[in-house]
Amino acid sequence: MMDDVILKVEAITKTFPGVKALDDVSFDIRRGEVHALVGENGAGKSTLMKALAGLHKPDSGQIVYQGVPTEVAGPLDARQKGILLIHQELSLSPELSVAENIYLGAWPTNRFGVLKKRELRRNASAALEALGCGFGPDVRVGTLSVAMQQMVEIARAEAFSANVVIFDEPTASLTDTEKDQLFHTIRGLKARGVGIVYISHKMDEIFDITDRITVLRDGQVQGTVETGETDLNHVTRMMIGRTLDSFFVKAKPEFGAEVLRVDGLSKHGHFRNVSFSVREGEVLGLYGLVGAGRSEVVETIFGVRKADDGKLFWKGSEIDLPTPRQSIDMGMALVPESRKEQGLVLMMGGRENTSLPHLRLFSELSLMNRTKELATFEKYRSALSIKTTGPDQAVSQLSGGNQQKFVLAKWLCADPKLIILDEPTRGIDVGSKSAIHKLIAELAEQGLAVIVISSEMPEVLGVSHRVLAMSEGAVVAAFEEGNMSEENLIDAVSHHQGEAAAA
Amino acid sequence: MGQTINGLLRRHGLLLAFLVFLGGVAVNADAFLTLGNILDVLRQVSITGMMALGVTFVVLTGRLDLSVGSMLTLLTVIVVDQHNVAGPFLAIVMTLLAGLALGAFNGLLVGFVGLNSLIVTLAMLSFLQGLVLFYSGGSNVNIANAQETWFKVFGRGDFLGLPVPVIVFLMGAVIAGFVLQFTTFGRRIYGVGGNETASIFSGIDARWTVFWAYVVSGLTTGVAAIIMGSRVMGAQNTIGQGYELTVLAGVILGGTSLLGGSGSIWRTVIGISMLGFIQNGLLLLGFAYYVQWLVTWAVIIIAVWIDLGAKRGRIFA
Ligand SMILES: Nc1ncnc2c1ncn2[C@@H]1O[C@H](COP(=O)(O)OP(=O)(O)OP(=O)(O)O)[C@@H](O)[C@H]1O
Ligand SMILES: [Mg+2]
Repeated sequence: MMDDVILKVEAITKTFPGVKALDDVSFDIRRGEVHALVGENGAGKSTLMKALAGLHKPDSGQIVYQGVPTEVAGPLDARQKGILLIHQELSLSPELSVAENIYLGAWPTNRFGVLKKRELRRNASAALEALGCGFGPDVRVGTLSVAMQQMVEIARAEAFSANVVIFDEPTASLTDTEKDQLFHTIRGLKARGVGIVYISHKMDEIFDITDRITVLRDGQVQGTVETGETDLNHVTRMMIGRTLDSFFVKAKPEFGAEVLRVDGLSKHGHFRNVSFSVREGEVLGLYGLVGAGRSEVVETIFGVRKADDGKLFWKGSEIDLPTPRQSIDMGMALVPESRKEQGLVLMMGGRENTSLPHLRLFSELSLMNRTKELATFEKYRSALSIKTTGPDQAVSQLSGGNQQKFVLAKWLCADPKLIILDEPTRGIDVGSKSAIHKLIAELAEQGLAVIVISSEMPEVLGVSHRVLAMSEGAVVAAFEEGNMSEENLIDAVSHHQGEAAAA
Repeated sequence: MGQTINGLLRRHGLLLAFLVFLGGVAVNADAFLTLGNILDVLRQVSITGMMALGVTFVVLTGRLDLSVGSMLTLLTVIVVDQHNVAGPFLAIVMTLLAGLALGAFNGLLVGFVGLNSLIVTLAMLSFLQGLVLFYSGGSNVNIANAQETWFKVFGRGDFLGLPVPVIVFLMGAVIAGFVLQFTTFGRRIYGVGGNETASIFSGIDARWTVFWAYVVSGLTTGVAAIIMGSRVMGAQNTIGQGYELTVLAGVILGGTSLLGGSGSIWRTVIGISMLGFIQNGLLLLGFAYYVQWLVTWAVIIIAVWIDLGAKRGRIFA
């Protein structure tokens, strides 16, 4: 049994200024197993995996790899040793080809340092074929979808004959079909004896694909259990110290006046003829596969993008398409899809990020009111239980989920009339996730109009009063209380896709 | 204890190296640490420093301003020439307005047209140099009544034992630092420089923010030109040549990131002063003036390198 273990972490400790991210952590990965690593936002999962991949140097403790204590010098060294980390945020070079990306930093060259293009292509092709990817080695990575880019990263596992592959929240931006494909790939790796670490906040996935589960909490291992011998409640209790009722709380359906109406909004090549409205107290869900054009639509309404055609009505009267500033001043808030690119200024702390869209509210005569900023920061730090060492800790140092919470904070703090949430729970742990669902219900009951974009069907069905299904840039179906169901949603989206493919 | 010294070295290695250099110069050149020399250096620094204050705004937005060298020349020529024509008061007003206008022009091209700032301000650098010759007809201008005019106070005056230009520079630094740290404009500058997309999603108009940063840079260069004109009591057609690099060097040496979003005024004040003392020290040690250039850039490369090395914990990439 012992020699089954391919990699063993022994008593690793890692401190950052103000936080003990890992505290005496030990665990092991066996050949041919999928080992889940779960825990709240900021529990230390990514940090632990970065230590394995040579991105962080632990303060103490060691890594025993294939029975030998090993020092991993850096990500490339890790890859060449056969340890591959597939990041929470993908990290490919969009301008380079697939083949060049697979071997990034380890390109085959001849004596004179000239790239051996043919060898590079041949090896990359082999790796892609082994995975059954539908694209070739010459494609520029920037043109690929998120799922395909992920496949490029996974192809490195083939290319470097990895023994250990670590997935850090791999399904955060995948559609269900793409997720199935990914799981197929993972099972393939597993069958070949690769040891796999799987980090996710989606419990159904954990119970679907993993063999063992290790729970981290505040940097400490709470325990390791066989997936087959445990259940959701037990794991949740290990993670957050209590169980969760898995019910969605929906806001009471008491609707007021119409807040926003969109009429025939179109943007050539992105979306066409989109019409809908949302009322005070109402939660409108926008369901669709990744790439259906939902984000484009809301970004256009908010004013970050321009439309070709269409009308907007705010509280009953027609308005010109606003600029983001005007939208915010009217009382619109948009929690964008990508927290790092669109949501946060990473070098700033939580305090400055939170006040950024509302500088006028947080100032008098253009002078920033720091006291007010701090009060707001503290209010949301505790309301959303955000883990940070202080108001000025750069948000780049926070875990992914805690960053997402600051994006929420910066949009909630100015009491908007309409809040648009684009994938609000992406990367958020189960405890906070249900807190956010409750928050959505509360906001609606306070009279806000809410639009929720989500690719997670249970979420969109659970929080919304009405759901619009979007596919390929058009609204293809609308559902209300009576006919809102998973089957109908899937039907609407896939039926339409079939039609489009046939056309 | 060992650890704290190590940490201190890493965090303030540059400052320590600078102090060692100062000590070295002081031992070898008696004149170096005299009050007269120090005030001289500060007087010198007040011109580049004044310009660097505005350039810091631009750099914080993640852009460059290389036009300030020729802008200084042009504005100095203007202030000196107009002093003879319109008198000191109007000359000062005109110079400041011209500075604002030139900054606004840069800001328009970079902020609103969206052209690359390196290219725009490099083009401006050479365009303005041409304009100088056009304006002056190629001859140098001098202030006619140099002894009588109250205009001389800006470059040559003293107040409470401190040179007036130094006082102007320090006041400028306090105001600029205050604006960046405590006003909404400052916050927008850091926001746009740190993450332009996220700032736009936060309702900040990046175009106006960049525009105003260039306007500030034009204004501070205008103030620097007034000091310069008053100090020299004249203007050659090349008086500001190379200043754009000294200014940028001071900003970088202070540790303000060229990528935008991180840095500050006090860093610029330290950086530009260090540079002033290094250049003065080299002169006092008897090196030819062009050695300054070699050393300046060597110092900057090493400074940036130390900083990067400390951040990533490795010397090489
Ligand atoms: N570079 C860093 N500097 C300072 N603190 C850091 C750094 N990286 C991580 N941390 C801190 O270490 C702790 C663990 O972070 P980590 O990213 O490992 O969490 P996680 O379990 O992956 O969370 P999530 O589920 O949100 O991704 C957090 O408190 C985080 O703020
Ligand atoms: Mg993480």
